[in-house]
Amino acid sequence: MLLMVLPGAIWFFFFSYLPLVGTVVAFKQYRFNREGFWASIVKSEWVGWQNFKFLFSGTDAWVITRNTLFYNIAFIFIGLVLSVAMAILLSQLVGKTLAKVYQTGMFLPYFLSWVIVGYFAFSFLSMDRGMLNQILGWFGVEKVQWYSDPKYWPYILVFVSLWKSIGYNSVVYLASILGIDKSLYEAAMIDGASKWQQIRNITIPMLSPIIIIMTLLAVGRIFYADFGLFYQVPRDSGTLYSVTNVIDTYVYRGLKTTGEIGMSTAAGLYQSVVGFVLVIVSNFIVRKVDKDSALF
Amino acid sequence: MAEVATSNTPSVQNGSRKKVRDFHNVTPVWNLILNIIAGLFAFICVFPFLFVVIISFTDEKTLATDGYRIFPAKWSLEAYRFVFQTGDALLRSYGVTILVTVLGTIISLVLISLYAYAISRTSFRYRRFFSVFAIITMLFNGGMIPTYMVVSQLLHMKDTIWALVLPLAMNAFYIMILRTFYSTSVPEAIIESGRIDGAGDFYIFLRIVLPLSLPGLATIGLFSTLGYWNDWFNALLYIDNPNLVPLQSMLMRIENSIQFLQQNSQNGAMSLQALSSIPQDTSRMAMVVLATLPIIFAYPFFQRYFVQGLTVGAVKE
Repeated sequence: MLLMVLPGAIWFFFFSYLPLVGTVVAFKQYRFNREGFWASIVKSEWVGWQNFKFLFSGTDAWVITRNTLFYNIAFIFIGLVLSVAMAILLSQLVGKTLAKVYQTGMFLPYFLSWVIVGYFAFSFLSMDRGMLNQILGWFGVEKVQWYSDPKYWPYILVFVSLWKSIGYNSVVYLASILGIDKSLYEAAMIDGASKWQQIRNITIPMLSPIIIIMTLLAVGRIFYADFGLFYQVPRDSGTLYSVTNVIDTYVYRGLKTTGEIGMSTAAGLYQSVVGFVLVIVSNFIVRKVDKDSALF
Repeated sequence: MAEVATSNTPSVQNGSRKKVRDFHNVTPVWNLILNIIAGLFAFICVFPFLFVVIISFTDEKTLATDGYRIFPAKWSLEAYRFVFQTGDALLRSYGVTILVTVLGTIISLVLISLYAYAISRTSFRYRRFFSVFAIITMLFNGGMIPTYMVVSQLLHMKDTIWALVLPLAMNAFYIMILRTFYSTSVPEAIIESGRIDGAGDFYIFLRIVLPLSLPGLATIGLFSTLGYWNDWFNALLYIDNPNLVPLQSMLMRIENSIQFLQQNSQNGAMSLQALSSIPQDTSRMAMVVLATLPIIFAYPFFQRYFVQGLTVGAVKE
């Protein structure tokens, strides 16, 4: 048995536990050392909380935190309403075959990578060739430089994220709607309840435990953004950073482009710590609601 | 795929030929409206892909004057011809992606199924320890930069295929799903009987547990196949060598320059004039189509398992 867990445990050690040790870099002035990982960590100079001070004294920390939170809140709530609505709608359709066709169509975006989705967005948003500008042209409206004007991006990003996830989420809700005892509806019908009353008084209350759990789990991850969405869809456009930079993309740029390793590790640690607290809190609440659905 | 609720068999009353509406269902008018809404949304989900396919078949010059159109004035196969002619880079990327996907999925399944099995067995003494050991990784993570440092500086996997395979291999969440699957689909008695017959742990696992838990393994396998096929992030971090660039990542890199293809093709000595005449936009879209095609064909089959995986994941022991 010990032999069976060993390979996996080694993986966890290298890819999950050692990086935890690496977070001390957040408290150091990181200097790359040719001798490798340990040398780089040990030989870098301690600077205490300085990286954090720098991070929070600039506007960056505020912008990335605001963006991360704002987008996630929008995704969670609009996504919840739309996917529950879509699930209820699908459950009401009379023709089974058509409903399956719709579901298959809605599920498609979930299977595509963000790179592909980025290209899709480009086919609509490209300045001189994109479909949106052509449509605007028909109405005699001036072309819009989508990739350099930040004011549209909150809407675009929310739309793209919902486009990719609603089909998938509504399947989760649909599965639990189908699990609801049919006799409840029959009883309601005998009492003369309309379809709308049935949805309001049976379907939604029966769904609420899973809704609460899915939402709380999402809240636990509210400090993490989908890197692909914020990196691929805006095509890494610098003029859009004010509305597209989230903690994850900030950390990545710190590593790869600006070279501010210490500060961006600090941002990563800030994300991990707040994220951890949120996961614990939301899991605690999930346990209160429904013990079986808790993560641990 | 989950069954859609409510029966829709029209009931026939008192021998009359008129079909009486089943009161489980919404009225025909509402049904039509709901169908239109759902159909429209499904169409919106599929449309961008169709649009990209159309662009890839458009004539490059027409594109320059008209922009992206649903009904282009002139069709052309030029883009695909170009991609296949100068596409050794594309083929190599396909190769890298397929290799990474196959290798990764196998490694991932072996690691996850063994680990999950061990912690699903009540007779395993360190069961609790290793469960917690896995779960902790769902809570704390070092984040991008420390992970990057471990992979590149400690394990020296930068610019190797392992940087694409290993970081995605394990995932505590999949372990939890599979553990649940084992404990619900493999009865304790069967394992006991195997033990009485003198079988060892590995033998029981291979001969009894694995065959019984195939649907669970298939679910996890599909999750990780999709994860590997669609991964571009690890390549973004760890791969600089153009020979090791996977498909998604190549699509990302050619964003601003199609020259990538020529630089990496054998007949790279193209004249500047030839360079300007290549179908840039359409080839890009053609490559997007080629990279997506396997998924488009496979996903209707995947879908069922994904739904299964979703529902299995929701149930705990």
